[in-house]
Amino acid sequence: MIKHLWQRFIRNIDPWLLLFTALVVLYSVLVLYSASNRDMNRIVNKFVFFGVGLGGMWIIANIPQQMLMRLAPPAYILGVLLLLGVALFGEVTYGARRWLNIGVARIQPSEIMKVALPMMLAWYFQRNEASLRWKNYIVAAGIMLLPVAFILKQPDLGTSLLVAAAGFYVLYFAGLSWKLIGAMTIIGSGIVIAMLDWDTCNRVLHEYQCQRIATMLNPMEDPLGSGYHIIQGTIAIGSGGILGRGWLNGTQTHLDFIPERTTDFIFAVLGEEFGLFGNIILLILYLLVIGRGLMIAARASTLFGRLLAGSIALTFFTYAFVNMGMVSGILPVVGVPLPLFSYGGTAMVSLMAGFGILMSINKDRQLMKGG
Amino acid sequence: MSRRLFRSRLLSSRITPRTGNSELHNQTETRSAFQLRLMAAALFVLLAFVLLFVRFAWLQVVKHKEYITLAEQNRISLVPVQPSRGIIKDRNGVVLAHNFSAYTLEITPSKVTDLEDTLNRLSGLIEIQPKDRRRFKKLREETKAFESLPIRSRLTDEEVARFAANSYQFPGVEIKARLFRHYPQGEVASHLIGYIGRINATDLSNLEASGQMPNYRGADHIGKIGIEQRYEKELRGIAGHEEVEIDAGGRAIRTLRHTPSTPGKNLILSIDIELQKVAEQAFGENKGALVAIEPATGGVLAFVSMPGYDPNLFVDGIDPQNWNELNNSPEKPLLNRALRGEYPPGSTFKPFMALAAQEGGFRSASAALPDPGFFNFGGHVFRDDKPGGHGVVDMYKSVVVSCDTYYYTLANQMGIENIAQFMATLGFGSKTGIDIEGERPGVLPSPEWKKKRFKNPAQQKWFAGETISIGIGQGYNSYTPLQLAHATATLANRGVEFKPHLVQHIEDAHSGAKTPVEPKPSKTHDWKPEHVNVIHRAMAGVNKEGTGARAFAGASYTSAGKTGTAQVFSLKGAKYVEGQVKKHLRDHALFIAFAPVESPRIALAVIVENGGFGAQAAAPIARQVLDYYLLGKKVNQPARELPDEPEEHAHD
Repeated sequence: MIKHLWQRFIRNIDPWLLLFTALVVLYSVLVLYSASNRDMNRIVNKFVFFGVGLGGMWIIANIPQQMLMRLAPPAYILGVLLLLGVALFGEVTYGARRWLNIGVARIQPSEIMKVALPMMLAWYFQRNEASLRWKNYIVAAGIMLLPVAFILKQPDLGTSLLVAAAGFYVLYFAGLSWKLIGAMTIIGSGIVIAMLDWDTCNRVLHEYQCQRIATMLNPMEDPLGSGYHIIQGTIAIGSGGILGRGWLNGTQTHLDFIPERTTDFIFAVLGEEFGLFGNIILLILYLLVIGRGLMIAARASTLFGRLLAGSIALTFFTYAFVNMGMVSGILPVVGVPLPLFSYGGTAMVSLMAGFGILMSINKDRQLMKGG
Repeated sequence: MSRRLFRSRLLSSRITPRTGNSELHNQTETRSAFQLRLMAAALFVLLAFVLLFVRFAWLQVVKHKEYITLAEQNRISLVPVQPSRGIIKDRNGVVLAHNFSAYTLEITPSKVTDLEDTLNRLSGLIEIQPKDRRRFKKLREETKAFESLPIRSRLTDEEVARFAANSYQFPGVEIKARLFRHYPQGEVASHLIGYIGRINATDLSNLEASGQMPNYRGADHIGKIGIEQRYEKELRGIAGHEEVEIDAGGRAIRTLRHTPSTPGKNLILSIDIELQKVAEQAFGENKGALVAIEPATGGVLAFVSMPGYDPNLFVDGIDPQNWNELNNSPEKPLLNRALRGEYPPGSTFKPFMALAAQEGGFRSASAALPDPGFFNFGGHVFRDDKPGGHGVVDMYKSVVVSCDTYYYTLANQMGIENIAQFMATLGFGSKTGIDIEGERPGVLPSPEWKKKRFKNPAQQKWFAGETISIGIGQGYNSYTPLQLAHATATLANRGVEFKPHLVQHIEDAHSGAKTPVEPKPSKTHDWKPEHVNVIHRAMAGVNKEGTGARAFAGASYTSAGKTGTAQVFSLKGAKYVEGQVKKHLRDHALFIAFAPVESPRIALAVIVENGGFGAQAAAPIARQVLDYYLLGKKVNQPARELPDEPEEHAHD
């Protein structure tokens, strides 16, 4: 009886995805213990966040797929309205208008868009699955660009790019022409290269954004100011060597040289104490998570499921890549935490929610197989 | 497949309402296209991770050495450990300069946003006087903004505690424990001990040039003048260093390695500080100088320049007000008169002239000459102070009564070249080489000197008439008190000359091993003993029955002396009456002496600036010094100026 109940309980949970996720989280706990100077509170909190995330994941995994689909347009519209609200009544912090006070809490609607946009796009393609034409892609692009433009205006270049990426992945999986992708890649690279030039950049972006690009190109220009994070991060990683300086033995970590070392820069702690070896293990764990996500996409029964699952898997990859690239100094510093690894509840819960969606998509296939 | 469709219809009837064969085909097609895109995406992910891997390998394998070095540099800070400065003691072990540790309140201006506000708030906690502020302001102007500068030193324990409790309100302000230099004798012997002060730009470039910079990293004081400056190398010691692990905020976490510093060497001076005090006290309010030398070694027993100053004022940087007071005072307390003051020797020059006369065979001791009270040279009359003259004068009497005519004729007879040649051997006109910096050479007049001294050809020629007043220590003659004392010591020691020196021993602070300084005679003069005897006897006569007799009345030891008076102001023929001449234009009073005559233990030269007659103002000071040194007798008050007695000063 209990066994039966248990089976019902875990029926919709993908064991592989759960396993890989749990391994990343456990690995992160090891690093967090060192990064936080053995702060047990942080460890407990991390597990609490993970627990809450698991709960959210379980709930979402048990939502039927068409319900998710039905939720997509209202979620998207709500997100756009909230973004509009931010633009009109948002609170200004550090010169950017990102937060909306809705009485009970302050929310950042751009975070909702990270999930709502790919859902909406997947829904849109599903609806027009039978008769996909080029004009559908134009409409999809419009659906995508509306929130991106709002977020870009806040200004929040990093988030707008991440939201755009999540949307773009849907378009890509929906069959966006390779030629167009090629053209966009060329234009995109052109823009990126143009932004490397200080003066050109300043004409288009905000000065602080250009400063970050300039810092990435030459962190030594201002070693104690804008270059400090990146210099100390690369020193930490580089000094780790192949096997690392040992757990709890990183001098960069324990003498406060790495800023934000439990959150955005936790990867520097990993690199310092566990070396190249430890980095490879994390890369492999991430590959497993992403691979499992792509596999779920491959097996999904509906176009909606395929597109959404593919997008979620690639978005997860994007977070991981951008964070590791930024900490190791090949990408400019943007506020992206290392997925599942950095300390922080919101990111953890929203990532787990994403995995819930993946599992929800996955269960159809299982049902199909079993039935 | 039908099952799948069934399911699909069941689950998503709204999404796929129509199902037909063509669509089925279509679906399979899009499916395989999707699989292709998935593969491409997977490949992209893989490539991106390979890129990351390459980057990690670059940092962690290829560049590892570089980054581990950077990490170590981040972490390890080399903190210099300052050696404790050597102690300066007198010949009896009395401490003249030492160190004590105390707390200072220091501000790093670059870390403070509003300095004025910080100072105002600080003064609510800790007493900060206007002079502290002035000194701080001056220090700020002289140093770079990131240096930590003292605002208050020698905090009391209570002040330390009060600041510590409130330190969070004062970023950039901290309390530091430091070793302070202290001169317990205050103004006594200030001119010879000198002082240390904060290292300034000039000191830095000197250290840089001499390659000593590594030993001064983190140091902020250096010897500026006197013994402190000359023996800087010995006193400083060798800095050690500590490898300290620091965190990103620069706070020291723990010490990794410690290389101790080697303390500086202690100096033991030949100075007798009690004698020095007696001498300084004897001067009272008078300006002047006294140098006393131990003839048998050249060791300086007392080295007085009056007035003095408190060297403790300079240690932390003197505040501008005190500096102006010292620097602009008409008394010139900062001038080391013993070392740098150049005075005509007046009649104290006569014993040396008399020796020169015998050694050069110009005049024998027994030769007696009539003294009419003047000497006529080519129509110009040189007067003796005593109208009508001293009668018949031989060498003994010439010294005892200080007969001018005797030396006018002697100088004329010898000629300037011979005088200059002999006096040069006694060290007149050249630096003695004493072990402090800044010594002046004085002026030993000679035709060559005059040629060099003057640019105008008309002035370059030496006139025979100029030689006459050289004989009585006037004219161009100009020597430091040190030179005069040195020559007196050589005369007292019968021609065995020692270089005067202030430091007797250098003592190792650890082992206590003492290394003596310059024990060897630097020169031995080939004087005939009987010639020297004449001079000794004559100088003893001065104190027994001559111009020094009153000052030395009742002395229980034998002493030799010679009074002198040096003109500051030419009266152009008018009679010098002391009361009618302004104090600063009055003559300088001089006295040279040594005692006991038979085996001299001390030789000295005294000059009292604007003191008037040597017999009245200078000889009593010499008496007090000799009384203390030979008998241990202390008067503890200024030497009383002897009352006017025309007989006496007329013969100076």
